[in-house]
Amino acid sequence: MTTIELEQSVVADTPQTGKQYDVIGTRPIRHDGYDKVTGRALYGADIRLNDMLYGKVLRSPHAHARILSIDTSRALALPGVKAIVTTTDLPSLESVVSRVGEGAVNWRYLSNNILANDKVLYHGHAVAAVAATSMSIAEEAISLIQVEYELLPVVTTVQQAVQPDAPILLEELRTSELGAKGEAMTNIASHDQFLRGDLERGFAEATAIVEREFITSTVHQGYIEPHSATAIWGTDGLITIWTSTQGAHDARRQAAEVLQLPVSRIKVVPMEIGGGFGGKTVIYLEPVAALLSQKSGNRPVQLTMTRWDVLAGTGPTSGSVIKVKMGADKKGRITAAQASLTYAAGAYPGSPVGAAMAVIFNPYNLENVQVDGYDVVTNTPRAAAYRAPGGTNAAFASESVIDELASRLGIDPLQIRHINGAKEGDRRVDGPLVRRIGYLETVEKAQASAHYQSPLPAPSSPGRKVGRGVASGWWGNWPGGTSSVSVVVNNDGAVTLIEGSTDIGGSRVAMAMQLAETLGLQASDIKPLVVDTDSVGYNDVTAGSRTTYATGIAVYKAGLRIIDLMRERAAEFWDVDISTVQFDNGVISARDRRLSFKELARSLGDGNGNIVASVSISPNGDGVALATHIVDVEVDTGTGKVQILRYTAIQDVGTAIHPAYVEGQMQGGAAQGIGWALNEEYVYDQQGHLLNGSMLDYRIPTALDLPMIDAIMVETPNPTHPFGVRGVGEVPIVPPAGAIANAIHNAIGVRMEVLPMSPRRVLEAMWAQK
Amino acid sequence: MSQKQIVQATINGEPVEFLCESRQSLLEVLRDVLRLTGTKEGCNNGNCGACNVILDGVLVNSCLVLAVEVQGHTVTTIEGIAPPKGLHPLQQKFLEHAALQCGICTPGFIVSAKALLDQNPHPSEHEVRHWLAGNLCRCTGYDKIVRAVLDAADVMSVEAR
Amino acid sequence: MQAFEYIPSATIEEAVTILAKEGDQARILSGGTDLLVQMREGRRRVSTVVDIKHIPEVNQLSYDPRKGLDIGAAVPCYRLYGDPAICAVYPGLIDAAALIGGVQIQGRATLGGNLCNASPAADSIPALIVLRAICVIAGSAGRREVPVEDFCTAPGRTVLQRGELLVSLHLPPPLPNSGAAYLRFTPRNEMDIAVVGAGASVILDDGGKTILSARIALGAVAPRPLFVPAAGQALAGRQPSPEAIEEAARIAQTAATPITDMRGSAAQRTHLSAVLTRRALAKAIERAQTRR
Repeated sequence: MTTIELEQSVVADTPQTGKQYDVIGTRPIRHDGYDKVTGRALYGADIRLNDMLYGKVLRSPHAHARILSIDTSRALALPGVKAIVTTTDLPSLESVVSRVGEGAVNWRYLSNNILANDKVLYHGHAVAAVAATSMSIAEEAISLIQVEYELLPVVTTVQQAVQPDAPILLEELRTSELGAKGEAMTNIASHDQFLRGDLERGFAEATAIVEREFITSTVHQGYIEPHSATAIWGTDGLITIWTSTQGAHDARRQAAEVLQLPVSRIKVVPMEIGGGFGGKTVIYLEPVAALLSQKSGNRPVQLTMTRWDVLAGTGPTSGSVIKVKMGADKKGRITAAQASLTYAAGAYPGSPVGAAMAVIFNPYNLENVQVDGYDVVTNTPRAAAYRAPGGTNAAFASESVIDELASRLGIDPLQIRHINGAKEGDRRVDGPLVRRIGYLETVEKAQASAHYQSPLPAPSSPGRKVGRGVASGWWGNWPGGTSSVSVVVNNDGAVTLIEGSTDIGGSRVAMAMQLAETLGLQASDIKPLVVDTDSVGYNDVTAGSRTTYATGIAVYKAGLRIIDLMRERAAEFWDVDISTVQFDNGVISARDRRLSFKELARSLGDGNGNIVASVSISPNGDGVALATHIVDVEVDTGTGKVQILRYTAIQDVGTAIHPAYVEGQMQGGAAQGIGWALNEEYVYDQQGHLLNGSMLDYRIPTALDLPMIDAIMVETPNPTHPFGVRGVGEVPIVPPAGAIANAIHNAIGVRMEVLPMSPRRVLEAMWAQK
Repeated sequence: MSQKQIVQATINGEPVEFLCESRQSLLEVLRDVLRLTGTKEGCNNGNCGACNVILDGVLVNSCLVLAVEVQGHTVTTIEGIAPPKGLHPLQQKFLEHAALQCGICTPGFIVSAKALLDQNPHPSEHEVRHWLAGNLCRCTGYDKIVRAVLDAADVMSVEAR
Repeated sequence: MQAFEYIPSATIEEAVTILAKEGDQARILSGGTDLLVQMREGRRRVSTVVDIKHIPEVNQLSYDPRKGLDIGAAVPCYRLYGDPAICAVYPGLIDAAALIGGVQIQGRATLGGNLCNASPAADSIPALIVLRAICVIAGSAGRREVPVEDFCTAPGRTVLQRGELLVSLHLPPPLPNSGAAYLRFTPRNEMDIAVVGAGASVILDDGGKTILSARIALGAVAPRPLFVPAAGQALAGRQPSPEAIEEAARIAQTAATPITDMRGSAAQRTHLSAVLTRRALAKAIERAQTRR
């Protein structure tokens, strides 16, 4: 398998404008759908192996404590208990940071998060794990493990954690201050900065200046499938792990590092994945299940989290404090913008503040700008990626302030965004030049939309008020990483597509459609398979909105190779020179001879060597995403409750391969953003105990909380992808909180400075205004 | 370990006999004993609907029913929704409308929607949303799910004529 | 979940005998939607579970215009709103029965269980209080009746003594010109626990112009569902005017002694006590005026 950089020729070969595709843009039924609507699809916890043991993780009842001792003797003595592991079973790792997937991982911190080492750093931190012959026995055994803790003072918010006298979580942590290491113990892991132009001059030129501070709560990805891992540590020393993950190879790499084993000793079999949204790019259970298997005499062990485990022990995204100051002249041009973002990383460094620093102003072209970002550790779960990580809170702050500038200056809120919108050739706050992008088109489509053109509905009863808000959002899709595919032409003409990208939301069909388009076939002629780490080349996570883009390029290139191989075979078959063999839209021809793809495949038969192509690529293209959302709300002034009446999401989606699933991404992202905006939050007591660790009290939206969500797709083909694909999955979560905040202001005249804008918070804001 | 009991029930139209402990939920028995893993566990607390099944014609969370309680009763799971050949109209419409992304909540939604259409063949959008409020989906924003159910209701009423 | 003995009981006498013998270690199972969650989370340790769903009497649901409504303790919520006669006569009760959990919870959950679970935020209890429900309790010494407002004594605690079992709830037939309503406030529109709940019932004169009597009860603002007789008394003899409603709302609000927890703040709950009382009263009056 070879690695090919994406050459310009790929792009030049492919006419993107005016091209009528045969498959792309249609809405075929997804290949994996049949198993999913009939209950046959196997997700993480659905695998049942012979002789399998059930595991359970003991989690810390304290938010911050030193572990003095762990006594497992009583638990081990319980009949049916086969193995117990604690931190002493894990290799001790150096504090080394490596790039993994989209982000960076400190291996020691990852290991300590999987099983707490000397300290527990949050309520729910894993401490030990048991494997037993039944779940009931495992549960009982957990209760028999005796852990002696020395309680330490707790900091659950960044406001507490940055105080000079705050309790310290990690004794070795020193602030990376604009790249230079500090000397004092601290909870501030890093301070970074973007700076351009002359802020003072910019603010001096402003007619209106708005400055506000926003506070947002910790929220969770909220995937419906709890994490699960099943492992066998074979007597041959080879480990097999079945897990639901966003990236099988990434999970393998992380497990190998944590266990200090070569990657090839581990095979990760990706099960169907019941939602991830970034949260299943990190491992929690995999090495623990493997160690339990090893210690229990190589029996398979399944570890599945409960819902409480998921909320208390896995990847929330950061709570934050964000200050924004912006000034604009009377024409609405933003003359200066300044922001300071402080994000809670949770127990170990690594909040998405870096991404947030780009998100906060990147829809706009700004001359005078400063953005400061602080990554701060807190006694909350280690933050994991969540759909456009860090973006929703950042845009909530900046889009609220822009809205206020617009209303102060008497400018339409979409118009002020259009005036300042970034165009090709502008310089982004985070450095790169803006490439071809349809941001202004999203604003124009929003202005022209039926939604924006229609009047607000009348309130449903006295005491209720309606309002409309808009907001935009930017996200820097991950254009990098590696994708590997293999394509096999079967002798019945059907084509097997073997890929490493796990399919969270319809990527199999999106890949099959790109291959079908390339080969002149139908999507149903392609059989897409997501396989284990031993059965396909290295493949990065399904994250960063990269899969349809990057794996799509791999699929396209594999398709081109298949075409060449088919031409070669046809030349041999017809005994003509290959240069005379044409391939056009699924038909192979040479002078008067013609065969369809399927006919040629059939005539080749079995005994002539299969036609196979494997491609592995690491594209380095681009394709940021931009969106503008419009929302109508009704606020019950008696209760503070906000009801979403109407919602329209407009987005530059590049070329929509399967429009239904693109719309689905826009609708789903908007829905998550609405949940974040209105009700989702981690509630802690003074001692750092998570109080709402259930789907009842961690309130994700229900069907009754949402209206239909209109999705308007702007298709500006991405020049770095053969079909113009642009990542679409993440950006739709960026604008909702800002749009809803602006709609609430429009309805009741109150500026919300907190997320969630829950009924209680809206009431409190109304009371404060009086 | 506590003693196991024999339970006889009708599951997806077939008489079934299984052994279970009194503390085991119907969900646990469906998944671990009968290996009907189409019924999913999302919260084990009655808050997400991923484990919904139909018990004697009534929609229930299988995580909130003890397996011993179904002695003599009739259970329909996602595996029992489709006719012997092909798909139930709800399943077909979920596929056509792209009403699933990750698919983990899908079995629960289809079982719930079937229970709805069994007793209300022509629900309004609001009635669909109200009925499905106990089924959480984190991927779709519910838009395409609601459309799929409404469309399936239309198709079924045409077929019924 | 810890191991326990499961006993499907065929008669009330049998169930009572087991309860008398096992005391706190035994719990009644009807819908199980609270009990199983509490046992799974280790919040309640139980060694014996007595399933009463096989007892005919506790499964009875009967309405008679002269006698009123009898709801067996094991009757799931869906049977209440599935009965058109009950829906027509007791809409205030249906308000609550259709709010407990979601549809699939209502397929199992019972009003009896909601009552015996004795949550301060239970949706059905304020509705039952304003509808003057009576709890029929069986014990080894025979039967006794307790007004529903006296049934709960503290969070999770009731007047049920060792060896006692809730058999049914009795609601008197509604008087002419009466109406009732239950409303709750939740952040989500479904699948949520009341931040505050309010039940109201009124009886008007024949012209619908004067309130003869009224009852107000609140949920989630006190250690137990809160009956506020003074709020109802303040309305007696008055016209159903905004001023009268406002006065009752203020009395109810003053009676509320809420706490701050993860579901709401004390200030928010105090505020909502008045808002929901107003709204529930307005709805009850509207129902009384339109359904005579």
